[in-house]
Amino acid sequence: MIYDLAVVGAGPAGLTAARVAARRGLSVALLDAYAKTGGQFLRGAAQPRLTGVDVRLGRRVWAVEKSQERFEIHASETTTATTLLVATGAHDRVIPFPGWDLPGVLTAGGAQALVKGERVKPGEEVVVAGTGPFLLPVAVTLLDAGVRVKEVLEANRPSPRMAAALARVPSKAAEALGYARRLAEARVPYRTGHAVVAAHGEDSVEGVTVAKLTRDWKPYAWRTVDCDTLAVGYGFTPQADLLVQLGCRTEGDHVTVDDHQRTSVDGVLAAGEVTGVAGAAAAVVEGALAVHALIGAPPPRLLAERARLRRFARALELSYPVRDGWQHWLTPGTLVCRCEEVTVSALEEARDLGADDPRTVKLLARPGMGWCQGRMCGHAVARLTGHDPAPQKRPFAQPITLADLTLHDREDST
Amino acid sequence: MIEFRFQDRVITAEEGQSIGAALHAAGIRSWRTTRFGDRPRGLFCAIGACFDCLLTVNGRPDQRACQTVARPGDEVTA
Ligand SMILES: Cc1cc2nc3c(=O)[nH]c(=O)nc-3n(C[C@H](O)[C@H](O)[C@H](O)COP(=O)(O)OP(=O)(O)OC[C@H]3O[C@@H](n4cnc5c(N)ncnc54)[C@H](O)[C@@H]3O)c2cc1C
Ligand code: FES
Repeated sequence: MIYDLAVVGAGPAGLTAARVAARRGLSVALLDAYAKTGGQFLRGAAQPRLTGVDVRLGRRVWAVEKSQERFEIHASETTTATTLLVATGAHDRVIPFPGWDLPGVLTAGGAQALVKGERVKPGEEVVVAGTGPFLLPVAVTLLDAGVRVKEVLEANRPSPRMAAALARVPSKAAEALGYARRLAEARVPYRTGHAVVAAHGEDSVEGVTVAKLTRDWKPYAWRTVDCDTLAVGYGFTPQADLLVQLGCRTEGDHVTVDDHQRTSVDGVLAAGEVTGVAGAAAAVVEGALAVHALIGAPPPRLLAERARLRRFARALELSYPVRDGWQHWLTPGTLVCRCEEVTVSALEEARDLGADDPRTVKLLARPGMGWCQGRMCGHAVARLTGHDPAPQKRPFAQPITLADLTLHDREDST
Repeated sequence: MIEFRFQDRVITAEEGQSIGAALHAAGIRSWRTTRFGDRPRGLFCAIGACFDCLLTVNGRPDQRACQTVARPGDEVTA
């Protein structure tokens, strides 16, 4: 069967698109790597009814091929469709510091996912650190789960731009106020211009070093805080592998789209965080808009809503950047690439040999060549070689087994 | 509640919980060591992106603990 629309990713963007498309009478397949629908925001919530949608869970899409007028979407089996919507979301953006590979150091999103999706306490005494407004709901989720949150550390300082943006979106302002009130009630300090610059422990985190930061993130005034867990996140990175594979145009860290969520490649749509990190509400609007690429002009109401949410996201991005001062936290032995265990000094050696771009550094010192394919060290390696982080071209969006390949060989030969 | 084995321990997990979450909840925070530095690894991203949490499930190596739902009777090793 050839579907009118195949959606990869069942988060807020993909779910909305699949539901709207089915209601409009299109044949729809919805694929997700995970065992449940919902993506990162809705995880653990009740599974929505998706009448008329072929839902295929536990399907890791590792590649998409465009042949003539259709797409072959390869997971443990192949799905064929005339239009493809990629809504694969984002993952936490992380930056290295000494001890960041100790068990007990979790990403902020990971800590949130453990509580919301798995009903597991990430730890008993947790420090939350990094940058961006996402740290607040993470801290509140932990508090609500009965975790002792020792401090919330925001590396950036409050910006007038952010205050102005909040004033224009009352719902976001109310949400932020609610979090702040909850933290104050629980007597959890929220400190701006602070960061965790090292984690300590034998086999697991026993404490962290906290420093005050100058505006460009140079640390000074260090102290230690005892804790068994650190939840750390510096925003999110769009997970656009499939779109990059297909040759879709990118800008900065994300894929560019038009008013119908169309990418630069014919028949390929994108919605949600892959088009630029903007949160769950924007993902829902974009998912609905994407269907209009198949059924006609997008409603002005949706376009206006998207523009409003994008403006807000842009203000966030400018208010909570990752500033290069984090490089002062590194020591020669700090791991940059967790998978291949590449240290700062190994990267410096490669640089001394003349490697001055991420690709050459990668060939010489192997950062980003391991299992995660640079998802965790991509930002750091790019900045350490003086480049802007950009989506990387990965041959496979997901690791595949020999069995997957032989299965496809068999199909090819018939 | 369901039960599975990790090395020589019996671990209980909630229905639908991942093996990684169940191990973490049982106080087991690392289950493998790295190839070169012999450093302990467990959960980091919890959403299948970092591959820190790899382990062997019923003889299948290199499974992401955070993405693998625990089933009754699973045999899990490092
Ligand atoms: C760990 C984490 C936790 C978060 N928690 C929250 C939160 O609590 N509150 C909040 O407001 N925001 C949270 N966010 C921000 C989140 O990005 C947005 O809120 C929102 O979920 C984005 O929606 P989306 O539809 O773009 O993508 P997502 O919700 O990320 O959904 C993407 C889906 O695509 C699937 N996928 C990815 N690659 C493939 C592939 N190759 N093959 C098959 N399926 C694939 C994933 O399994 C996932 O289900 C979190 C982000 C992360 C990374
Ligand atoms: S913890 Fe990152 S992949 Fe499982």
